[in-house]
Amino acid sequence: MSRPNIQLGREGGLKHFLTIDGFSRSLLTDILDTAESFTGVSERTVKKVPLLRGKVICNLFFENSTRTRTTFEVAAKRLSADVLNLNISTSATAKGESLLDTLRNLEAMHVDMFVVRHTDSGAAHFIAQHADPHVSVINAGDGRHAHPTQAMLDMFTIRRHKGEFTGLRVAIVGDVLHSRVARSQILALNTLGTSEVRVIAPRTLLPAEVRTLGVHAFHDLEQGIRDVDVIIMLRLQKERMRGALLPSEHEYFQLYGLTEERLGGAKADAIVMHPGPINRGVEIDSQVADGPRSVILQQVSFGIAVRMAVMSMALGNQAQGAVR
Amino acid sequence: MSTNKIFLQADAIEQRIRDMSQTLKIRLEVQQIDSPAMIGIHTGGAWLAQRLHRQLAIPETLGTLDISFYRDDFTRIGMNPEVKPSHIPFDVDDRHIILVDDVLQTGRTIRAAMNEIFDYGRPASILLVTLVERSGRELPIQPGVVGLRPPLSLDQHITLNGPDPLSLVIGGSKRAARSESNQAQAQAGRDP
Repeated sequence: MSRPNIQLGREGGLKHFLTIDGFSRSLLTDILDTAESFTGVSERTVKKVPLLRGKVICNLFFENSTRTRTTFEVAAKRLSADVLNLNISTSATAKGESLLDTLRNLEAMHVDMFVVRHTDSGAAHFIAQHADPHVSVINAGDGRHAHPTQAMLDMFTIRRHKGEFTGLRVAIVGDVLHSRVARSQILALNTLGTSEVRVIAPRTLLPAEVRTLGVHAFHDLEQGIRDVDVIIMLRLQKERMRGALLPSEHEYFQLYGLTEERLGGAKADAIVMHPGPINRGVEIDSQVADGPRSVILQQVSFGIAVRMAVMSMALGNQAQGAVR
Repeated sequence: MSTNKIFLQADAIEQRIRDMSQTLKIRLEVQQIDSPAMIGIHTGGAWLAQRLHRQLAIPETLGTLDISFYRDDFTRIGMNPEVKPSHIPFDVDDRHIILVDDVLQTGRTIRAAMNEIFDYGRPASILLVTLVERSGRELPIQPGVVGLRPPLSLDQHITLNGPDPLSLVIGGSKRAARSESNQAQAQAGRDP
């Protein structure tokens, strides 16, 4: 209760971005507003602003990623920062120590920000705790825990299409159990005042404590997406599946795959989102993924603006005068 | 610790702006510029630009610029929490641009604005129009059309309040000698 949020600087501004947990509605709104200002940069002749000139941002990826790493890299470059990309396969044995050693070595290269992805929950938090005070850390996904920039780009996409969160009914469909994206989305949606957040999945793919997250759980897709404004499909995370949680991918599609027909149950202007990469014919039908209600590719574009906002806010708060 | 007093009321400012429109019109004729485009700098410059744009009946939609991403003091004072999107709804290439701001002091805002404009394209020319030109230049920047030149000491600062009605306010504080963008930060409520 009394423990200060390490994500916030002395004046309450963003310093690290590790989880949505503990952030106020106004801070999340500031991030979305700042991201809005950055969207124009991508449409200009010179797709760059000089804001983070001279800063070094290190993408520290202990887990595979194409889209997230690339959008972080593009975001950093559009802010004129220098980018180091490091893909490090996790050594399971000497994790704690090797992580710190890696960190010290990179700090010696005067890195200003780490963007961290790791298979272990809490890895970004660990790095934030041990990094130099002038260094900011952004979580690009840790284990099953959190993926806050993905959640914020989803919030940005929803706000662009629907305006206010109050009055909205949002359904998150699929593998909530293994999804750090879903956890961050639920926190962000509730913090921003969404009227109803639903999760729809088979019992085996919902965490036991799901209702304590402030959601309504459904096990039937058709029932769950009735009258919703936004449908967020989750990827079936084959690489994280341990044990027989599902009979087969085919059967999963029969029960939980989003098809045109099923989409008919949602509101007429409902949008369909997916954090990617999509498994066509597993959680979503190609007709829907490529259809007029799909905003999946917009999510990718907005992801750049949202990451630019988070990076510049965090490094801006590290500025000499800002931290008083 | 600042004592603010009104320097110029709305009526007087509006009259100055009408005079500026006339001067600008003649200037454009002399330079044979027949289809200029206008850009106002957030926030005070945009208020001024809206009036000039209307009075000169410029057909091209007015552009607005927020120079927060181009400031040279980001590493010292951080992100402007009040940043607005820049909006240039026309092709800048080979265009004669009228750049409008409220107060010209150090010139740093104008430098940032010009850098941003060049990221949209290569204009044919840029003409600077400011309501107030005052002392304190730190960069070689020269306005083409000016509304007034109040004699101010370096510890005084002048601010345009608006958008309706406009008023020019003079205050004295020890922060006054810093750049305009710092003052914008102070107005945004960041300074203690």
